[in-house]
Amino acid sequence: MTLTERSANVAVWIIAAATVVFLLTPLVVAVVVSFGSSNLFTLPPPGWSMRWYQRLMNVRGLSSSLIVSVQIAAVATLVAMLIGGMAATALARGRFAGREAIAAFLTSPLMLPGLVLGIAFLQAFRFAGLRDVWMSLALAHVVITIPYIARTLYSALTLFDFSLIDAARTLGCSAPQAVTRVLIPNLAPAFLTSGIFAFLASMDNYAVSIFFTNAWTKTLPIQMLNLVEEQPDPTIAAISSLLIGLVLLLLLLCERMVGLRKIAEM
Amino acid sequence: MTMKPRFDPVLLLALPAAIYMVIVFAVPVIVLVARGFMGADGFTLSNYVSFLSEPFNWTVIFNTLRVAFWTTLVCLVLGYPTAVALARSKGGVQVAMLIAIILPLSVGVVVKTFAWQIVLRRDGIVAAILVATGVWDEPKLLLFTEHGLVLGAANVFLPFMILPIYSVLKLADPNLQDAAATLGAPPVFRFFNVALPLAMPGIVGGVSIVFSLATSMYVIPSLLIGDRFQTLATLTGRAFLLMRNEALGATTATILLFLAVAIVACSALLSRGKGDSR
Repeated sequence: MTLTERSANVAVWIIAAATVVFLLTPLVVAVVVSFGSSNLFTLPPPGWSMRWYQRLMNVRGLSSSLIVSVQIAAVATLVAMLIGGMAATALARGRFAGREAIAAFLTSPLMLPGLVLGIAFLQAFRFAGLRDVWMSLALAHVVITIPYIARTLYSALTLFDFSLIDAARTLGCSAPQAVTRVLIPNLAPAFLTSGIFAFLASMDNYAVSIFFTNAWTKTLPIQMLNLVEEQPDPTIAAISSLLIGLVLLLLLLCERMVGLRKIAEM
Repeated sequence: MTMKPRFDPVLLLALPAAIYMVIVFAVPVIVLVARGFMGADGFTLSNYVSFLSEPFNWTVIFNTLRVAFWTTLVCLVLGYPTAVALARSKGGVQVAMLIAIILPLSVGVVVKTFAWQIVLRRDGIVAAILVATGVWDEPKLLLFTEHGLVLGAANVFLPFMILPIYSVLKLADPNLQDAAATLGAPPVFRFFNVALPLAMPGIVGGVSIVFSLATSMYVIPSLLIGDRFQTLATLTGRAFLLMRNEALGATTATILLFLAVAIVACSALLSRGKGDSR
């Protein structure tokens, strides 16, 4: 190796290490602040305490918004899995013109600015006379989650060897049995990862939800945003740390079942 | 072989999702755009003409593009070497790097932006580092400045730059570099004529995703820089949520939409022009 190459290599690794530190900075800060005793976000904290976690229960609207977010994310992910999974099967199996166009259409909400989607939904739902917050959120979040499901399941299904189903049928399985015993287990990793990322995308969404929440029904990101704007204190860091912990657990699950490398390459 | 085209029943499975997306997603977006061009008597450009004749709105557009440009540049400068390192790494180092990239990606943007509010304070980490390294003589406030905004935005969007470049690098044949070296190509020449062209589809993809996310970000600027600095997205949000001026909001939203479509179209053209490696 020449000197240029060696120094280039060193530079690559230094930048990569710095980037990793940079990426993790906000998460580490949130966790450290949440265990600090100071309410002024002093870093490093003067002492340690659990008081922000104890306060979590008392912050008005936090637990109810968490419940709304989980409900909406679960319903939206399930509906998106069902109709998105069916569509992915049709696209992977069927031979018809415009397949790629339909796949692109189903993933296109990812390309559009979230606020634009939110405004389009707001005007359309108002026109249709839909006033229920919960229903509006659920309908909108299905559109947010479908791209994740359709993209991942479509690429997994195009790689799946469908002659395995014929083999199962030949060996005495009924058609539904062949699906539940061969197709579903084979695609379980794709279902799991696409489901987790769709769920997280819905839980994290603010750009669409912000147009539908009112004083009584809020999703978690909107409630947190209000808290950050009105009375920022380390309670927000505490709820953030819990969310970080939850996501870390889900990612470790993905790593065990699928491998993060495959997810990164999807 | 010619086959008579006949109806494939498996196609029906795509119907529920397609119908849902047309009714709930496509029609509302088309109506939003169409209404912006509709006046009392048919087609009109007056909404856009009056929007663009206001000098303040040009400031907003340039704010949006300038912040998106710097954010994308920071992401590219940090993201490309990181993707290279990720593609070369193995085993535990690779898993750790992947967690460091995917974990922030999966944690909500409100959480990260809230943390950046703390990091960018006068007594925050970045100010301390800049003073310790002698860049600054005394700690200054980075929060509510454009530099702070770019730093926070780049932090949030970096994974969207790293992952597309990484997945392209993974597919590239490492032997090409060695072949070029064997044939006597010097390192700088190899970088510009072998490594960079191979990574180009990923770079184009990452740049277009980050740029379009950065033009349409809303929470990050509203928490990190505040009301004095408006972008198209924050103006859109304000128009709807605070000013109740839906005509203005619909106009800015449509401009944002055109920007997003233009970015996607450009990146599609570029990656086709370069010859997609796949």
